[in-house]
Amino acid sequence: MPSKPAKFQIVWLQGITCNGNTHSFLNDPLLGSLLDKVRFLYHPILPSQMSLRELVVKIPKSDLLIVEGAYRGDFERGGAVMEKLLPALAARAKNIVALGSCASFGGIFKEASPESISGIVYDKSEATGPLAAMREKVINLGGCPAHPEWLSFVIGMMLNKRKVALDELGRPKELYAYTVHNGCLRNDYFEWKVDSRSFGTKEGCLYYEQGCQGPFTHGSCNKILWNGVASKTRAGTPCFGCTEPTFPKTDLFRTKTYMSIPSEMPLGVPKRSYLALAGAAKSFHIKRLEERLIDDHS
Amino acid sequence: MARPSKEERKVSIMTKALELFSKEGFYQTTMPSIAEKIGMSVGNLYNYFASKETLAKELILYIANMLGEEIRRINESPLDTREKIVAIVHMYFKIAQERPETIEYFLRVYLSNREVFREGCEGMICVSAFVTELMIFFEEGGRSGELRDQDFFSAFGLFMGYLGGMVFLNGERILPNALESYEASIAENIYNALKAR
Repeated sequence: MPSKPAKFQIVWLQGITCNGNTHSFLNDPLLGSLLDKVRFLYHPILPSQMSLRELVVKIPKSDLLIVEGAYRGDFERGGAVMEKLLPALAARAKNIVALGSCASFGGIFKEASPESISGIVYDKSEATGPLAAMREKVINLGGCPAHPEWLSFVIGMMLNKRKVALDELGRPKELYAYTVHNGCLRNDYFEWKVDSRSFGTKEGCLYYEQGCQGPFTHGSCNKILWNGVASKTRAGTPCFGCTEPTFPKTDLFRTKTYMSIPSEMPLGVPKRSYLALAGAAKSFHIKRLEERLIDDHS
Repeated sequence: MARPSKEERKVSIMTKALELFSKEGFYQTTMPSIAEKIGMSVGNLYNYFASKETLAKELILYIANMLGEEIRRINESPLDTREKIVAIVHMYFKIAQERPETIEYFLRVYLSNREVFREGCEGMICVSAFVTELMIFFEEGGRSGELRDQDFFSAFGLFMGYLGGMVFLNGERILPNALESYEASIAENIYNALKAR
């Protein structure tokens, strides 16, 4: 009788992390069927074959090494320093995923020690991390946290031996070629330059006054919804730009302006053209966009 | 002699109409009076412009584009913000002296007869080329730290209100001296009012 094909073996290694990506992954509605196809040699929470101590001692081969959390050379896992552990596991992995903004670019933890903390390939947008030399086999899934379906998409592509097309920062184009602005339900307000009056409402664009980074952040948050139902902008919160190497920005709820003109233009739009368009759009007063969508008093 | 092209005829109509509108105002100027000035039949004039309102809108677009082009050249020059203010004041007064009908039209027809421009020229649509360049000027001045950050229209009103006011006074022959003699002090005043403290 032919033996069953070997399961796809995954090692999930944590650097400096808040566990956000692990928790995000546990919310993947298709996690059950995915777990039928893969085997975790090591995962900090899910049942796995090895303990952390065994992982560190054995340094097993794997089909995929997932790294969650930021990198610092002297940070220890299972008694081993990351400086030695990460390259050793990476060398024996067929594929590598930097999961979340910390592993991808340094993220929030980098703020604590900018000189010694980075992502595994990228330090912000500079490819100077510990795995820079093997960047060809690393896929970056920026996000704080990364959407669970972004990870299961990548694993699915690997299971089906499909090549994942990447952008210049190693992110899958299928997931990051869009901006968060794409698919935002507030685009009607964006087009006609109608501001949101406050957080948490359905009306108005959050870009002009509330610091929304959607027009210049790569991500599919408004196409692959969170928990299948929402995104920050749909819920009335500005996008924080968490998939980008520039994350975290400070002053998240304020749009930086010069002379009341936004300092950053939507991606790929020249300032002069944007201002001409915006000026024309602002000339119109469109009643349906200036009123509450659902009036509680009517 | 070759007959003028339709486009050339259009420009010549606009030039004459601009003179009449800026002198007589929008309502005093009629399509027959424009036709007479050009030496064209009224019927033929309507072949070029469907109505007096259409002609008036084309004129403001033409002027805004012309002024926008001038300011764009200054914006793209290597001057610092203070020098750009001097250049914009100089450019504006020079046009007011050499082609007074353009600025007069802006002030006396476009700004004074808003009802004519309500449809098709809503808000800033017909003067977009001009306003956009001033936005770029202010934004870059604010970004470089040379100008104090403030609401765009507060700065725009100060700048253009001052220039428009001086041209208006000049047109009314109220100013005791030639317009260009005020250039340096006006540019200095504008810079002092807008600069970062």
